[in-house]
Formats: sequence, structure tokens, C-alpha cells
Amino acid sequence: MKVFVSQLTLSHFRSHKLARLVLDGRPVALFGPNGAGKTNLLEAVSLLSPGRGLRRAGAEEIIRRPEAIGWKLTATLTAPAADHDVTITAEPGQPRVVQIDGKAATQNALARLLSLVWLVPSQDRLWTEGAEGRRRFLDRLTLSFAPDHADAVLTYEKAMRDRNRLLKDQIRDAHWYQALEAQMATAAETIVSNRTTALARVTAAQWGAETAFPAADLTLEEVEPLQTAADFAAAFATSRPRDLAAGRTLVGPHRTDLAAIYQAKGVPARQCSTGEQKALLISLILSNARALKADTGTAPLVLLDEVAAHLDANRRAALFDEICALEAQAWMTGTGPELFAELGHRAHHIEITDTDGTSQITETAP
Amino acid sequence: MSDDTREIEALIDMMARLPGLGPRSARRAVLHLIKKRGQLMRPLAQTMANVAETARECLNCGNIGNGDVCGICTSEKRGNGQLCVVEDVADLWAMERGQAFAGRYHVLGGTLSALDAIGPDELRIPKLRDRVAAEGITEVILALNATVDGQTTAHYIASELEHAGVTVTSLAQGVPIGGELDYLDDGTISAALRARKSL
Repeated sequence: MKVFVSQLTLSHFRSHKLARLVLDGRPVALFGPNGAGKTNLLEAVSLLSPGRGLRRAGAEEIIRRPEAIGWKLTATLTAPAADHDVTITAEPGQPRVVQIDGKAATQNALARLLSLVWLVPSQDRLWTEGAEGRRRFLDRLTLSFAPDHADAVLTYEKAMRDRNRLLKDQIRDAHWYQALEAQMATAAETIVSNRTTALARVTAAQWGAETAFPAADLTLEEVEPLQTAADFAAAFATSRPRDLAAGRTLVGPHRTDLAAIYQAKGVPARQCSTGEQKALLISLILSNARALKADTGTAPLVLLDEVAAHLDANRRAALFDEICALEAQAWMTGTGPELFAELGHRAHHIEITDTDGTSQITETAP
Repeated sequence: MSDDTREIEALIDMMARLPGLGPRSARRAVLHLIKKRGQLMRPLAQTMANVAETARECLNCGNIGNGDVCGICTSEKRGNGQLCVVEDVADLWAMERGQAFAGRYHVLGGTLSALDAIGPDELRIPKLRDRVAAEGITEVILALNATVDGQTTAHYIASELEHAGVTVTSLAQGVPIGGELDYLDDGTISAALRARKSL
């Protein structure tokens, strides 16, 4: 069983004036020079899941210049039960509008159609930079297992922003705080439960897996180990004087960090070499995909931007073998076709070139 | 724009500012009005002028009516001890269309939002407290939207009325009448399951 993008059409989407791909579910190897528009295609696919995509760009940033007439993305998702047509459009100055099978839908509804995981070059520094990036990585990983995770995170963040405003303005209305904290506490319980479950599944998927990539011991580092809504409500209430002094909320799942130990060496990921850190990330993405396939019988879409260039030939071949074994529609980018030669007929090979600021797409033989 | 169409264009611009209308639908509406000048446009203009003159907010509940106090607030029959709290007048009208509620209303005029600087005093929450005490209210029904702001406001009012000697309830959440489970989102199904009842 497989869910994949069988058709993708982009109109005035960044460098793509008009691009159309027809695919059969095999992995997709995109190659071409820097700036040709490879990552733009990956970004378009990433918008088929809730959120702002792998570049975290607003709808306005995606608009092709100088025309600036808005953009449109149309995709057919082929699935065992039924195909779905997804259309995402944005007019200048307007937010994105999602339609599923011709009917208006929320972004979060996309999570119910397919799971998507990705790895982009900016995540190379994931283990050495601030906790915010790791939390975002953790939440994307969690979202792939629990579609309701996005709703819980949005509810929590909305209520917390309101609470932070009260704290900043030094408002001391206990009932208002209680009202916001009640909602934050309910959402926090869901968030923590979803994250814990997702991490356990990814960890389990590492055990006994035939993989060329290293395993990691993953843990959630919490300010306070809270689990139930009642725990959180009590913690928010207790922390109120401290939070008032700080002008922001100091406890809760928005302070969680994701810690990883490189299992074979027993050292924290942040102390590993750049290559080891990259291999760990690929390992987590593959474990995530394996766990999802074990759970649902369907592998997620996997987006790997500029991943091939960082791997030696053996690791690259191992990565391709694992992706093919997973039967995942992986979208990968690289500068030259030689990076994907090992895939042969197991993948679509698509060349992207740039002509006067407009991307051109050509499917080539392996 | 030529001089002879300037006023028509101005009308289209004003119509396009109405909720639910855009420039295209405003143009269609104006064209229709002009074609039906006698049957529709003049009576509409007259009715709008009348409503602009007479419509006012009920000083008690926030409903829109012709007097200082609306018909629902002055009706003896509606004084059954139940008070339904809604965000705005459109919600009140929606409840009235259902003809299932025989009590009185209280229109908050919005929801709490710290980010938008809308606090309890910007809403009609102090007035709600006064009404509960003054009108012999026994039950306050919170009919607020299932959004973060709506539910924050509901929690807030429940806390405010905790010691007011009234029962505070909220509308149920779950499967809509005529709805199919297959089309419901996970959150609605969970809410419906939690609110299940014996048959």
C-alpha cells in the first residue's frame, strides 16, 4: 500500500512559471545547478502538509516576481482507498486557501490525507543551535503520527500568546489567567502524550532495523515532568508570580527540548562530527518513516534536500536501498545526475534548469 | 470612471464593503437593484433609512431593536430564569431561529482577547453579573463559539459566576443533526463521545 503524489502542477510558484510532473510512485531524483528551482519543487510538496512548508515561508514570499499575480499548486494524491485532488492557491496579500476534492478545507485536514517527513540543510545545525529548532523537528515528527497534534499545538500557542500578553501588561485578573490556563493545560496534556508516543515509536523503529545509519537514544528534556492537564493547570497557577516577573510563561511543553545520544559512542549528538550529526538526522527520518509504515502500512512521503552530496558513495547507495525497501515516494535533490546513478530505473530522474529566471523541468533516462 | 457613473461606482464600492460581498458580487447586486428600481431599490433605500433612524442596542442585553430595551427583555414570558450568553447579535438571531430557547439573552459583544486588548470591561461581563443578581437568574447557558477565545471567555464567565448561586452550563458539542460520522473531524468525534447519553 502506498500514498504518493501522482500529479503535481505549479503555476507562478517561485521560479516555476508553469511546471507539471506525472509520477508513478517511485522516488523522485531532482538534479540541476544551484538556483535552478529544485528546492522550490520540494517546498511545493511540503505544503501538502499543515504548516508553512519546509522553508517556513508565508504565502506572499512564494509569489513569482515580477508578475506577482499569486500562485497555485495542484496535486493528485494516489492512495489505496481513493485518490484526492488538493489545490492550494494564494492571491497577492491573501493567505493560502486549501481545497480538497474541490471543497474548502483547513490546512490541518491535509494531515489526514498523507504523512510527510523532511530533512533540509538548515537542520544540519539542529543539535548545536537553540531548542526551538529541535522542538519544531519533534513536533513535525509527532504530527506524522498524530494528525490532531497540530490542533493541540495551535490551541496551546494561541492561549499562551494571550497569557503572555496579560503577563507583559502586568494584568492580575485571576479568572482570566485560569480561563487561559485551563485551555493550555488540556492542550499541553495532548502535546506531551503525542510527543512521548511518537518518540517511543521512532525509538522502537531503530531497534533491529537493517540500516547503515547510526541509532540515537532520544529523550524529552522537560522543565518539569508534567503529564496530565491537572498537573499543568497547577503548574501554571503556581508559576504565575514568577511568570509575571519574567513577562512570559516559564513552564509548559513550549520549553521542552529534544536530546539525542549517539548510541554507538555514547556521546551527545551536539558533540559529534558534522557528518555524524547528519547521519543521525537521516537515521531519525528513516526510523520515522519505518515506524509510520509499521503503524499504518503506508510509508510517508520523504523530502530530502541536498542529502546525497553529504554522503559517501556507500552510504548514498544504502540510503537509496532503504528508501526503495520502504516503498516511500522520496523526493531528493542534488546538483548532478551522477549522485542518483545508483537508483537507476528505481526512480524518476528529473533535470531542473534555469532559463532567464524560469525553471524548466525535463524527465531524463537514468 | 466617467462622471455619469461615479455615483454607481461609489454604491458598488460601499456594497463591496459588506460582509459576504466582494467587488464582483457587489456589481451584480447593484445592477440588479437598478433594474428593479421601483420594486426593490427604492423600498430598500427607504427601509434602510428607517432602520438607520430607529435601530438601537438594547441597554439590558445588547440585542438590536427599536427601543431602549428589546422585546425579549420586556417579555414576561421570557423571564423563566434562564439566560443564554452569546458573542454577538448574529448568534442571538441564530438561537431565535431555532425556536428552542424560551429564556432571555445576554450579548457579550465579542470574546476575551488579551492580544487585541479586549478584556472583561470591554465586553458586557460586568453587566452580566448585575443581571444574574437582579433578574433572579437560575441558569446561565454559555452558547459561545468553540474557538480558543470563545472557550477562554466561557471559562472566565464560569469562574466569575462560581459563587453567584446559578448553574452555569454550556451548549453540547458533537454530531450535527443529519451529519455523518465519516465526515466529522477527530476533535468533534471525541467531543461527541465524551458527551454521549443513555438511550
